[in-house]
Amino acid sequence: MKSTRKAYGEYLVSIGNDTNVVVLDADVANATKTEMFKKEFPKRHIDVGISEADLIGTACGLALCKKTVFASTFAIFMTGRAYDQVRNTAAYSHVNVNLCATHAGVMVGEDGPTHQCIEDVALMNVIPTMKVLSPADDISTKKILELCKNEEGPKYIRLGRSDVEDIYTENDIFKIGGSNTFGNGTDGTIFAYGPTVAIALNSKKELAEKGIDVRVVDLYSIKPVDRETIIKCAKETNKLVSIEDHSIIGGIGSIISNVLCEEYPKKLEKIGINDTFGKSGSAKAVYEYFGLTKENIISKFI
Amino acid sequence: MANLEDMKEIARKARIDVIDMVYNAKSGHPGGSLSCMDILVALYHNIMNLNLDENGDRIDKFILSKGHAAPAYYAVLSSKGYIPHEDLKTLRKIDSYLEGHPSNKIKGIDVSSGSLGQGLSIANGMALAKKLDDKEGYVYCVLGDGEIEEGQIWEACMTANKYRLNNVIAFLDYNGLQIDGTIKDVKSVDNLNEKFASFGWNVQEIDGHNFEEIISAVNNAKKSLKPNIIIAHTIKGKGVSYMENEAGWHGKAPNEEEYKIAINELSK
Repeated sequence: MKSTRKAYGEYLVSIGNDTNVVVLDADVANATKTEMFKKEFPKRHIDVGISEADLIGTACGLALCKKTVFASTFAIFMTGRAYDQVRNTAAYSHVNVNLCATHAGVMVGEDGPTHQCIEDVALMNVIPTMKVLSPADDISTKKILELCKNEEGPKYIRLGRSDVEDIYTENDIFKIGGSNTFGNGTDGTIFAYGPTVAIALNSKKELAEKGIDVRVVDLYSIKPVDRETIIKCAKETNKLVSIEDHSIIGGIGSIISNVLCEEYPKKLEKIGINDTFGKSGSAKAVYEYFGLTKENIISKFI
Repeated sequence: MANLEDMKEIARKARIDVIDMVYNAKSGHPGGSLSCMDILVALYHNIMNLNLDENGDRIDKFILSKGHAAPAYYAVLSSKGYIPHEDLKTLRKIDSYLEGHPSNKIKGIDVSSGSLGQGLSIANGMALAKKLDDKEGYVYCVLGDGEIEEGQIWEACMTANKYRLNNVIAFLDYNGLQIDGTIKDVKSVDNLNEKFASFGWNVQEIDGHNFEEIISAVNNAKKSLKPNIIIAHTIKGKGVSYMENEAGWHGKAPNEEEYKIAINELSK
């Protein structure tokens, strides 16, 4: 068990000996875990203070001078407050910058709706040329960050606050535009990304005990999305369900629906936040409140 | 390196290019292009080191934060050979690469701009990269006076102060006008010297149409231990009588008759 933000901090430290790496933060280094890098490489940790617009611009200036740049703050501030900077400076100028946002989704918990970003996937997905990635656990976080480090252009990497179960091993493979499928059941497909992958896998196990064989697809590459796998699952399996810690408006459910609509029309049941703000509470309680649970997924198949 | 007389002539011709471009495009921003023209000419023809370092990066960097002055920027880049002169008249046309606001797809331009308030942060990032690598060179940035109503400018001022980015040399094109009227009426960005000084910046005030003052201010800035702002008093629409000090010429193209008058005045 480890949060993806902690995995991010560990990854930054692991690449820190490369003197070209620069990490930026906006006064939340102890929460985004960039402080782990700061401790080891203080000169290359730039903290611009509580000014997210400035964070993005400064990060882009460094990246335009060929630095390997990771910039972090909470998802709500990076994609909400600094949207124009992300769009017009980072993306339109096609800057090689890694925008690593932590505290995405209602998983933020107690801080409540103002800090629970449930729109970031939609906001980043719609920006031309932006790549959007969301790892599910410790190993996938490190592997996806390594992919992003070597990928040109702007990237948005969505990270979470709470600990999540370990899913992957060092042998698992990730690629931009890829996905990972667990099982080959034909009774249904559960599409998930980030923290909902573990929930989906737990549902799959329990459904199997009831004689229902589903597969789980981790769509960690939200953009570009793995269209082929989505279509393949639509063709091979009976029921399609998506689950995400994000608004279902513009989230992965919408993205999958677009693909299905264009290629292989089929019904999709979307689990997520439905046109409402989040809620204060423990992460577990908030997930239960919004139906981001194993039980809710199972109910869709029974 | 161009001397004072050369620069006056280059600027005169570039002003004609601006009028030509905006007239042909039937849209664009002549007022603010003409006000910052002499600063851009001095930077590109006298001040900046445009040579490349061992990594292929220009030693001095430039960001036009007030991106709507794209016609001035393109005209000056053309005068340095980055943009073929005949391409200028394609500004804002569907089959042209000369977008309405600067794009870094254009040769010689490092970063796109136009959404106001964003350039100074980018300049800081570039200046930080130079500091981290102990590299020579300066990062120049031209800001609009209306533009500094954007909060991000002041965020960037604090960051530059924190990291002692004395390799940032910013110009404020202080023409006193913005779309809705005078700066004073719209937002009243008064006491600019005190404002920037209190943010930890080295402040100088010059006549933004006097090449000697522009060059001398940059030479002074290079000795500073603080980030630098050069408040350049300018005339919006400088060089075209009916455009001068008229907010209405912020973002409007001249008609045929106005075009002829402008070209005639600038040809003298």
